[in-house]
Amino acid sequence: MVRCFLIHTVCPVSALGSGESRMLYCRVFGPDESLFTDQEREFSPEERRVLQREQTAVVARQVRSAASFSRAAAGRLLMEALPGEEALALQEADSGVLRLRAGDPFTEEMSALWLGVQSLGFTLVCEPHENLLLAEGTLRTLTRHCLEHLHLLGPGSEVLLRSDRIDALLSRLLPHGQLLFLNHRFAHSLEKEVAAYMTK
Amino acid sequence: MYSHGSESLIKQAREIQDSELQKFYSRLVKLLQGKELGYETVDSLQRLHLILSANKYIRTLPPELQKRLQSLLSSPAEPFQVLSSAVLRETLPPAAHSGNYSQENIVQLNSHAVALLLSQAGSRADVSSLCTQLLRGLESRQSEGPTNSLSHTLPILNTILTHNPGCLTEDHVTLLSKKLVDWLRYASILQGGGASSGGFFTGPRSRQPVPIAELDGTVSGDFFTVLCVGQSFTEDQWMNVFSFSALRHWLLTYHSVSNGNADTDDRSEVDGSVVSMVSVTSSCGRLLPPKERLREKSFQYCQRLIEQSDRKAHKKSDADLQKACLVEAVCILDCVCEEDASLVFRAFPCIKALFGRLSSDLSFARVLLPIAQFYLNHGEMAAVDCGSVWALVFGRFPSELFSDPFLAHELLRFLRLNLESLQLRVPQYTHSFPNLLKFLAWDSPAVVDDFVDLLPSLVTAGTAVELLHTLLDLPCLSATLVLQVRSTCLPISEQSGRGLLSLDAFRSPSFRGLFLFLLRGQAGSGDTIDRLSTLHELLVETADWPRVVQCAQIVPVLLHIFFNTVITVADEKLLAHLILVMLERSSLLLNIPKYNKEIHRVFSSHLLRLCKLHPSLVMDQSHELLEFSGATANVYSKEEIYTHVVWVLGEYLSVSCDSRCSVTLITSCFEALEAVLFEITSSVPPPGADCPAPRVVTTLMSALAKLASRSHDLIPRVSLFLSKLRTVTRDGSVAWCSDEEDLVAIVTRGEELWSLLKAPGVAQSVLTPPAHVTTPQWHRDTNVALPLRLRTLTNLTHSH
Repeated sequence: MVRCFLIHTVCPVSALGSGESRMLYCRVFGPDESLFTDQEREFSPEERRVLQREQTAVVARQVRSAASFSRAAAGRLLMEALPGEEALALQEADSGVLRLRAGDPFTEEMSALWLGVQSLGFTLVCEPHENLLLAEGTLRTLTRHCLEHLHLLGPGSEVLLRSDRIDALLSRLLPHGQLLFLNHRFAHSLEKEVAAYMTK
Repeated sequence: MYSHGSESLIKQAREIQDSELQKFYSRLVKLLQGKELGYETVDSLQRLHLILSANKYIRTLPPELQKRLQSLLSSPAEPFQVLSSAVLRETLPPAAHSGNYSQENIVQLNSHAVALLLSQAGSRADVSSLCTQLLRGLESRQSEGPTNSLSHTLPILNTILTHNPGCLTEDHVTLLSKKLVDWLRYASILQGGGASSGGFFTGPRSRQPVPIAELDGTVSGDFFTVLCVGQSFTEDQWMNVFSFSALRHWLLTYHSVSNGNADTDDRSEVDGSVVSMVSVTSSCGRLLPPKERLREKSFQYCQRLIEQSDRKAHKKSDADLQKACLVEAVCILDCVCEEDASLVFRAFPCIKALFGRLSSDLSFARVLLPIAQFYLNHGEMAAVDCGSVWALVFGRFPSELFSDPFLAHELLRFLRLNLESLQLRVPQYTHSFPNLLKFLAWDSPAVVDDFVDLLPSLVTAGTAVELLHTLLDLPCLSATLVLQVRSTCLPISEQSGRGLLSLDAFRSPSFRGLFLFLLRGQAGSGDTIDRLSTLHELLVETADWPRVVQCAQIVPVLLHIFFNTVITVADEKLLAHLILVMLERSSLLLNIPKYNKEIHRVFSSHLLRLCKLHPSLVMDQSHELLEFSGATANVYSKEEIYTHVVWVLGEYLSVSCDSRCSVTLITSCFEALEAVLFEITSSVPPPGADCPAPRVVTTLMSALAKLASRSHDLIPRVSLFLSKLRTVTRDGSVAWCSDEEDLVAIVTRGEELWSLLKAPGVAQSVLTPPAHVTTPQWHRDTNVALPLRLRTLTNLTHSH
């Protein structure tokens, strides 16, 4: 199961310290993990939310660091793709996977798959025994849709104001964090529903 | 992509004043009260979501707004469902909240509303009752009804099961097993409901039901799976997709539950070969219990997927899906074979054929890893030779696919999870570290964590020396791998500019051997190479490459792990050899800033530790240690190690540590150290070097004093030096010490030692204390024990 899907910056942000990442979209699936661990006391909803935010912030920072290293090591110049060149931007994207040890930051061990498209990172945190080939494919599909439907290759800030579109996308392609084995016909059917949503 | 506009939006959302926010709330309530909810409402809800999510701390909405949003969850228009769910997720749940989870109408809720319930669940009980409600809905469902309400049930159940498998009762498990069997095996094999795109020209013929097709276009001849296509799909075909997507997790979760069925399992283990012949017929004949039936159908589904994956898909996305299906199918087969060992004999021919088909194609490497897991788990039972599998996993994969981050992650995870098994069954495991370390050399930040876990298993007495050399040259391996990749990308004639010299060297036949040694796959062909310094010179320009720099940063960590492990497996002879390696390599490292210093620091701490554990090591390696400490240049270039070498000589070169120690040896050591001390305190440091650190001088003085205390003839020589030192420094500054305070400290230490040596007997007991002084066990000493006991008893009586 996928624990969360994140969109965050992987470029320097002036208002933040170096190495910090701005979270633009964060969707955690399923019930809060703290309900099921043996805690000494139960967390209140406020505490759970703060904890969740901090956990996802840790992941974003680690992905930022990994993306920076990957780009520095590749030595390629970052090409700014224009709107309409989503497929190219995706092809040029850096990608990788991180191991998140148990306790750091989630209770159980997790794997964080990430795609770095210019200044944004798209991260999928899932259980380590999950089918990572499927997860990787799903992440690429989600990223492509986000780039297209939120016009991310332009200067827009739609990811902040149109986050319901991402929610709708996730409810079709990654319902409640479930990765789906979709051949092109099933995917086409779902993408039609997503496209219909976007025009509303 | 990410602009100032976005930053200022977030800032605005965070810093919104409370009065403005309240106005916004009331405006929104008014909008929601209206008959028609239009674009302005959507826009306001989106802004509200941003305001709520921009802060770490949770806000409470005014009750009227909260109520309106709650009712919006069941709006017929999806955007409102999505937005209200998203907004409410960012707020505190209402007080009387738990009641929601036992309501009857959970089944009627849309996917977004249920997502909200799930995220706001406050206790295990809430989650359990949500689960029960959903299953009740599943059970009592009629065949009509919207697809949506059913399709999200499986994902939700799956996510709940991740955390809380116990929330399903035995009956639930049975119910779901039956449903899963139906959806997996008996989904319709006709394309969905005659639903052509309609249109003017379609006639009655197009409304005839058409069978589903395979990915290569041929008509499908068997049951429906995720690799079947059609123009549109029926509900049960959708459930087929959802079921398969959730299947492995389901089987893994209820693995332990099925083991409760002791009779079946015992029988299958004992009468392995007999049952295997029987089980083929039993699946067609009598009806198996639900869980066993699910296992059987899963088995069949996976076999079909494996067959279907051999077909040439028309689209790339489908070809990728085939790969993912292969991984999943093999994993599920592995899982069901764990539960029912009789299935192994049916599964193996299929898996073996798959291996044969894919083993020569590196683009299927990630599929071959689950196959390797299958072989590891069941290969012994099926008496299959796994040699070619391990040759891939430990040979071709690391040496050719080290730059694939996903393969690296999965392969290293495979090693971590199966460490014990691999050490038992794969003899070449401990010799494969040159290959495995390529993953680390290429992308150290991503995989260093895995190697922290794996390295101890790679440390054996037979390979320890070679491993140490390999770890020290890991940055060189980094550089070499980069060169190898560049070499294949750039044509030979091109002038690449940056990195030219090292690339030329890499391609030149005269240096080929050096690089080939680094790129070797197996240990055992030699600890290291003679021309190591040549190699380092060739790679000097790589010292600022990102991969090399990152690699250099993690080597000290690995060395610590190496030394901590090696003391548990090595005998004294090996440890002595390792000390030798440390001394040799301290000047033979790739010249990366701070690298040398860090390595020296690691060496020093472990040299100390080794000698403390086995003091006679100093005697074993006395010749090399003396040679090292007698070279004045080492004071300046390897200060840290030098200090520690001198210290261990002073501390452990004595008869009480090793009976082989002779007066001659002590004297020659003394003379070597004395010469160095004279030299560094009587002249200016050589050009380019700093003054020797005070610690070096004091350590030398202390060592000389210790040695003198064991051979009293030497005492006058030390005393003479120390008094001369006092005289010389009385004038103030000296050429070899720049700091006045340091000089004072040195002189003070000199005076302490000088006065100590005036009484040789005392000096001996202070500077060479016998064992019972350094490792006190006061409670055993008859004189000291009594006060200790009395004190303990008093404390006990006082605490009551």
